[in-house]
Amino acid sequence: MSQIIYNSFDREVQPAYLTPEYKSTIYRAPQKPLVLLKQSLSELTGPVFGDFNVGPLDHDLTKNTVKNGEPIGERIIVHGKVMNENGLPIPNTLIEIWQANSAGRYVHKVDQHEAPLDPNFLGAGRCMTDTNGNYKFYTIKPGAYPWGNHYNAWRPNHIHFSLFGVNITNRLVTQMYFPGDPLLAYDPVFLSVPEKGRELLVSKFDLSATEPSFALGYRFDFVLRGYKQTPFETL
Amino acid sequence: MLQTPSQTVGPYFAYGLAPEQYLYDFKSLVGNEMVNPLDHEDAITIVGKVFDGQGVMIPDAMIEIWQNDGQHQLFGRFGTGTDVESRFVFYTLKPVAFNGQAPHLSVIIFMRGQQIHSYTRIYFSDEVEENSKDEVLNLVPEGRRHTLIAKKKGSTYEFNIYMQGDNETVFFDI
Repeated sequence: MSQIIYNSFDREVQPAYLTPEYKSTIYRAPQKPLVLLKQSLSELTGPVFGDFNVGPLDHDLTKNTVKNGEPIGERIIVHGKVMNENGLPIPNTLIEIWQANSAGRYVHKVDQHEAPLDPNFLGAGRCMTDTNGNYKFYTIKPGAYPWGNHYNAWRPNHIHFSLFGVNITNRLVTQMYFPGDPLLAYDPVFLSVPEKGRELLVSKFDLSATEPSFALGYRFDFVLRGYKQTPFETL
Repeated sequence: MLQTPSQTVGPYFAYGLAPEQYLYDFKSLVGNEMVNPLDHEDAITIVGKVFDGQGVMIPDAMIEIWQNDGQHQLFGRFGTGTDVESRFVFYTLKPVAFNGQAPHLSVIIFMRGQQIHSYTRIYFSDEVEENSKDEVLNLVPEGRRHTLIAKKKGSTYEFNIYMQGDNETVFFDI
């Protein structure tokens, strides 16, 4: 008999809670040590979603909120595979995304950046991975946008991702960046990730996923926490 | 394979992850009504606020609740900042004790300024005997256990989350 134990966050690639260069962490990062919890049914299960939850255009941000025309900007395809550290694909997992429009403006009411909103682009979408763990979105390449963290601070182009995986240990919220973006070298959010992990957040241009005369393709794979099998203690 | 690093949920998750709650024109997949009907005889309400290290209420946190007590598997999500007092509110069934663990809910917390989400649990103040036997609670230093116990006030339970300070909520490495 054996028991499955999910791995903890890998601190060699995961960011620290407190990274003072990203100022909002200063009063929001937990300061006391985490308490190690023995995994039980609560941790080894999680919400299950189905295709029935997701609308037919939810994966296509170029179409899912149009009002009177097409959204402005460069159409792109973002696709990839969701796996765990053991290399096994994770089918039927919900992926949710949100992003700025091509001008670098978020629809969110709090975003005061003076760049135009696009009436035909909300910037939110979702899909389920297929039986092989693959997913695919159509969207518009997000623009860079300024933020108040420090003087002349700009976030690199990025798309926010939220994934569930197989249980709540697998939960992941992250951001996907684009290859060759000069702003990455100045971004305290990206740089909070140890050097070993940074390239894992940068998508790759993918000519094979590029649709002729229509949209450029980018590939971005996810690796969620995997597990070890340990023998049951028997008395 | 190496884990994909986590990044903050940022300040602008509302229209993507909880659009209906924040009045965006996009369907929400998940909300805070985990029980149907809301007046189910075992329904409970959980309310709380999230505070930063300066004691300031955080109006842009996202809270997720997962519960699996062997009988019901329920999931909810709610962001702070829409309630008049910037609270989070959940309607769910009170979980039961299971496998030697006291009734509890699993909580996942996301916010701007947090590069990795935090995990905690909600236990219940009217389950004194079950709580005293719970192996997770007993792992927690005695002086911090109270941060995991929601206080019953009439028909609701109050559970505030403190990111820092003397009353910092216990967060788990799960």
